[in-house]
Amino acid sequence: MSETVYGPVTDWATDFDHASPAYAADMHKIWDDLKNSGCPIAHTDRYGGTWLPLTHELVHEIAYDTAHFSSQGPVVGQLKPSELEDSVPAPIGGAPPISSDPPVHAEARRLLLPAFSPKVIDPWREEVIMICNQLIDDMGDADHIDAALQYSQHIPVMVIARMLGLPVEDGDKFRGWVNLVLSGVGEERTEARMQQFMEFNEYLEFHVNDHVENPRDDLISFLLNAEIFGEKLSIRHVAGSVILLLIAGIDTTWSGIGSSLWHLATNSVDRRRLVENPDMIPAAVEEFLRAYAPVTMARLVKEDMEFHGVQMKKEDWVLLPFPAANRDDKQFANAHEVVIDREENRHAAFGLGIHRCLGSNLARLEMNVAVEVFLQRFPDFSVDANEMVTWSTGQVRGPRTLPFVVNARA
Amino acid sequence: MRVHVDPSKCQGHNRCYALAPELFDVDDYGNAFELNDGVVPAGLEDKARLALANCPEFAISIEE
Repeated sequence: MSETVYGPVTDWATDFDHASPAYAADMHKIWDDLKNSGCPIAHTDRYGGTWLPLTHELVHEIAYDTAHFSSQGPVVGQLKPSELEDSVPAPIGGAPPISSDPPVHAEARRLLLPAFSPKVIDPWREEVIMICNQLIDDMGDADHIDAALQYSQHIPVMVIARMLGLPVEDGDKFRGWVNLVLSGVGEERTEARMQQFMEFNEYLEFHVNDHVENPRDDLISFLLNAEIFGEKLSIRHVAGSVILLLIAGIDTTWSGIGSSLWHLATNSVDRRRLVENPDMIPAAVEEFLRAYAPVTMARLVKEDMEFHGVQMKKEDWVLLPFPAANRDDKQFANAHEVVIDREENRHAAFGLGIHRCLGSNLARLEMNVAVEVFLQRFPDFSVDANEMVTWSTGQVRGPRTLPFVVNARA
Repeated sequence: MRVHVDPSKCQGHNRCYALAPELFDVDDYGNAFELNDGVVPAGLEDKARLALANCPEFAISIEE
């Protein structure tokens, strides 16, 4: 993991970098130290000016305040949307509805909601069980496995590719592009990176056009037929929504599954409880979502304003660290403890307010099935002490390698 | 006991429907509503309280 273009962080209150390896390694302590030193909102000049509110209350307030905070830039970058040549202005943004503001947001979201409602998603359960079992079958009888590279990273890709109508075998390509968009925010804007963005756009254009010529029963065709304000969606809107579903659905769920398995590999008491009582898995998954929430979103300040004593400037980034909100001890008893049968759990892993994760029902299904099948097949596993667990940097956090030793299989 | 989902607060997290399907249902958009005018049958009071305690948007209320 390398430093971002901005170099090592000198002070977390005034010069933080959410994409730095130091933040990824130690974020829980960084949040606590900041809050304990009386700094509930950290600032950095990096990325053209960025804020980091740390309490559940502040994150909740900003997520609800669409009058002052725009979603046009949900991922912090070195350039603001207004500095990019090809950016789509608010209230639509480049990847609707995640990048959209009222009044466009509700319409763009309403189009997609029925495709991700619980009653449409639940029937995918059997398919996900099959995918998870197949991935474990593919590991053969090896005692040393990588649960990120051989398991968790493949599950969401295979499901969303099928739903969208993209070739399942292009999984490696999707993951490369997801990495480009989410983890590379602090890297230099090299020719090679620009080339990758171009290839991503060309790939999408090809497949969207192919669906125009050859409609079928999948989400891309569904979007091409959908209407907003009485008109068909533009190809740009459809491609933007496909980008959203690919980017938002892959890295995030992969991280959620990986963090859950990492917890179970490092906490044998919890692992044994779930092996013996699989009906506890849904509550445990909610606790993993709380404690290891993968996603931090971002907003842009609409106009210069004062916010709880700080002066925010037009187009400053504001991070919404849902993982920090979930560790706020004003909102959760024993916030830093992972309690797999926690009864009261109003966690914000899927966001708060109008941008609640569209795919949350699918993500929950994939996480539940992935944990269930893994524990059924490998009732005892631990981290391989000779190898390194590595974690992602940036706005989506999860393990990118999970070297495990399988101690028992069923 | 009666439960109520405030439709202006519900964002479709689907926690109540997952935890207490006897008391809540969801529409085609994934937004929740209470069943049976919100009347909680005897014996399901704990499930109603569990649903309330797990709604991220604080959209559920209970009348004892």
